[in-house]
Amino acid sequence: MKLQITNYELRIIKPVFNLCLSVFLCGIFSFVQAQNDGSQQNQTGKAGTFAIVNARIVTVSGGVIENGTLVIRNGKIEAVGATISVPSGAEQIDAKGLNVYPGMIDAGTNLGLAEVGQGAPATIDVAETGDMNANAKAILGINPHSSHVNVTRVNGITTVLSMPQGGVISGQSAIINLNGSTQNEMAVVPLFGLVINFPRITTAAGGFNPFGPQQPIEFSEALKRRDQRLEDLKKLFRDAENYARVQDAYAKDKNLPVPQTDLKTAALAPYARGEKPIIFTAERERDIRGVARFAADMKIKAIIMGGQEAWKAADELKKNNIAVIYTNIYSLPVRDDDAYDYLFEAPAKLQKTGVKFCISTGDGGAEVRDLPYHAGLAGAYGLPKEEALKSVTLYAAQILGIADKVGSIEVGKIANIVVTDGDILEPRTNVKYLFINGRMLPLTSRHTELYDSFKDRK
Amino acid sequence: MKKVTVFLLLISINLISLKLVSAQSKAEVLIRNATVLTAAKGTLENADILIKDGKIARIGKNLKASSNARTIDATGKFVTPGIIDCHSHTMMDAVNEFSYSVTSMTRIRDVLNPTDIAIYRALAGGVTAANLLHGSANAIGGQNSTVKFKYGKPIEDFVIPDAPPGIKFALGENPKRTNFNPTPGATPRYPRTRMGVMEVIRDAFVRAREYKKSWDDFRAKKTTVQPRRDLELEPLVEVLEGKRLVHAHGYRSDEHLNLMLLADEFGFKVATLQHALEAYKIAPEIAKRGTGASIFADSWSYKLEAYDSIPYNGYLLWKAGVVVSINSDSNERMRRLNVDAAKMMKYGGVPEEEALKMITLNAAKQLGIDRRTGSIEVGKDADIVIWNAHPFSVYSHAEMTMIEGEVYFDRQQDISKRAELARERETLEKMDINRPPGSGGTPPAIPKEKRQSHLDDADSDKDGGNRR
Repeated sequence: MKLQITNYELRIIKPVFNLCLSVFLCGIFSFVQAQNDGSQQNQTGKAGTFAIVNARIVTVSGGVIENGTLVIRNGKIEAVGATISVPSGAEQIDAKGLNVYPGMIDAGTNLGLAEVGQGAPATIDVAETGDMNANAKAILGINPHSSHVNVTRVNGITTVLSMPQGGVISGQSAIINLNGSTQNEMAVVPLFGLVINFPRITTAAGGFNPFGPQQPIEFSEALKRRDQRLEDLKKLFRDAENYARVQDAYAKDKNLPVPQTDLKTAALAPYARGEKPIIFTAERERDIRGVARFAADMKIKAIIMGGQEAWKAADELKKNNIAVIYTNIYSLPVRDDDAYDYLFEAPAKLQKTGVKFCISTGDGGAEVRDLPYHAGLAGAYGLPKEEALKSVTLYAAQILGIADKVGSIEVGKIANIVVTDGDILEPRTNVKYLFINGRMLPLTSRHTELYDSFKDRK
Repeated sequence: MKKVTVFLLLISINLISLKLVSAQSKAEVLIRNATVLTAAKGTLENADILIKDGKIARIGKNLKASSNARTIDATGKFVTPGIIDCHSHTMMDAVNEFSYSVTSMTRIRDVLNPTDIAIYRALAGGVTAANLLHGSANAIGGQNSTVKFKYGKPIEDFVIPDAPPGIKFALGENPKRTNFNPTPGATPRYPRTRMGVMEVIRDAFVRAREYKKSWDDFRAKKTTVQPRRDLELEPLVEVLEGKRLVHAHGYRSDEHLNLMLLADEFGFKVATLQHALEAYKIAPEIAKRGTGASIFADSWSYKLEAYDSIPYNGYLLWKAGVVVSINSDSNERMRRLNVDAAKMMKYGGVPEEEALKMITLNAAKQLGIDRRTGSIEVGKDADIVIWNAHPFSVYSHAEMTMIEGEVYFDRQQDISKRAELARERETLEKMDINRPPGSGGTPPAIPKEKRQSHLDDADSDKDGGNRR
């Protein structure tokens, strides 16, 4: 069953909706499962059957095919291998001397939600008012025509997670492919993880809570306040579970009193029930351990976003099956006496512990195209090259639960394919061909357009 | 009290890390068998570099050094000149004197902090020198300092003595305070438009010209009354006399062009257009005047006036004959300028050596220090980085960074000292004086400004945030 986002939106505002909330809840779940298979894509780029031949194919999941062929049909990878014959009618692309990669995936951006950071607040849709916004949905704020989309994809990034930020419960993230004229056309998973800024132990003035201390406080007091905020969060979760239980009961027995609707609590329910993952932003070891315990206590699915010191909490992360979206390659170490490469080498340390991780820019949108260099820099500081590549392809797909669709070159997956003249993580490498959902896209962007406009001015 | 103890802790740890950087005396150094990217005369394979008295004495094959020379085997490694960041606010305790529209009397030299850990991190990214600029809150800002990152040395040793002095100008959003939330009820500062910015600069130079004339007349004995010294106008007189370099922050091409036209009128040359993200639109006009451009490799869209920025900017300027440097304006980005330079090969196709010059020799030229640094040539200061791989590879990192032949960063030494430092830290934390009151351990509070990657606070309100 497939639901359209626009229909879904209409349904939210129908007054009659109050009377059928259980249907609404079911609706949310099926909506979430209604993941885009790429068959109903927009008209950008060129559709067709393509055969990339004589290529060095880096499958990521199944090694490297030194001289192979890759066939794209109906938006999917139809065949890949060293001895594949080119189907008749296929447009043939000679990739002699070129490499073929799966499109890269950035699992932590605000792409499409923020166009111009300063001086144009009307273009910023990242943080909703208030602290508790489980019902805020990134997919409804993403601008499909943001200039960041093309700029990002022409560097080989084909899929991103875009998320709201701010407050305590920021809202629900979306996983999108970087092609489409509407939000629905872009959506891979329209409603993915809920973003929660995990309450930190902070002795600093201000800090996590805008109504918090204005003077630095003692550590023990800070710990107490953090625990109180955690209790508040737990109560919200229990409320959401109870809310869903009431709705379920009413769905079964219409003689029960009609339960009142609360969109925020309703939105929280599938996450509080552990049916869908929650992305917790956390950096320091004690906060990351806090997330692990919180997830265990509440029986929820958790993902860490940030993860500076996740390697230190590897035991509890592994025990609770919590993955890490690492966003700190372009960050400075927090403490003056941290090693200079403390955050460069964190992915290598994580990898050694066996914690599932991926590397993300954590960027607002404009610089998401630097994703390969984030992974590459982790490679400069101890992460094996193959792992660096996986950290922005397959591992990201696995953490986002979309590894059956993207993240590697395998038959049946969405044809998000990048053809390059070198190692995709190297800054000197050029993208030569780009496919998203099997459509061959022009390698143009706001940047190439401005370049073309001025390159011949004398 | 707690602040003091934390401070003591940090100081002692800093001192230990300073010791790490064992500043040897200026002994002879022989770097052997490296791939040398000279940034001036191509790439030399299996080359040796002999350093004497802090200078590059010889470059060649199978060089001999005296018996007490330190020999570094660089087989399989790459050597480049030290990276020069032509726009930085590192090691500055203050960035903007916000109050006036003309703050030419202020000096960055007065706020330099030689213990800033960002210096060490920059060295670890291969950076040896920087143009430390006043912020961009004022149409005419303060006087710069051109320094080498001699971490562990007294501040006097940082300042490059024969570097020509410079001054910061700023155009556009920042000096007109577009993104600044003024205190309610406060009188807004002039200027508020790009028109006003140009008038502030024009007015200052008209006054400087008249001030200069009053001194010229006095010195020529046309008048007997000695003019009163004016610290605001003195540096601008130096600009008029070609003795002080103008580094002009700006984004839109029209405002940079207007500044160059004004400079034409007053008879001086703008040394560098800083940021200059739209400079590609006026590349011929810039090239004609011999003005340099110091740009971000590919930043864009972070504010409205950066929306037309393109990563091909460097290529188009280079093609037009402009001397281009790539800067960081950030303690974070400063550590990976080698990757930024590599991007210039990707976007448009700047040749390798020209791309390398954009983070070395070209910055030196723009700062007037190219006689002593910026390339690997005999007679120049031995400001040298040894890399484990080609520095334009993302997988590379700096192994060793030296300034004038002295080692200021050594990765192997850094790694080998970590265990000792951790023990030292533990001991210090256990000392009674350093034990925080209350339970548990409180990490030192990091001042907010220390956590920012972009340091120019010119277009922010008082809370700070990311800005350029």
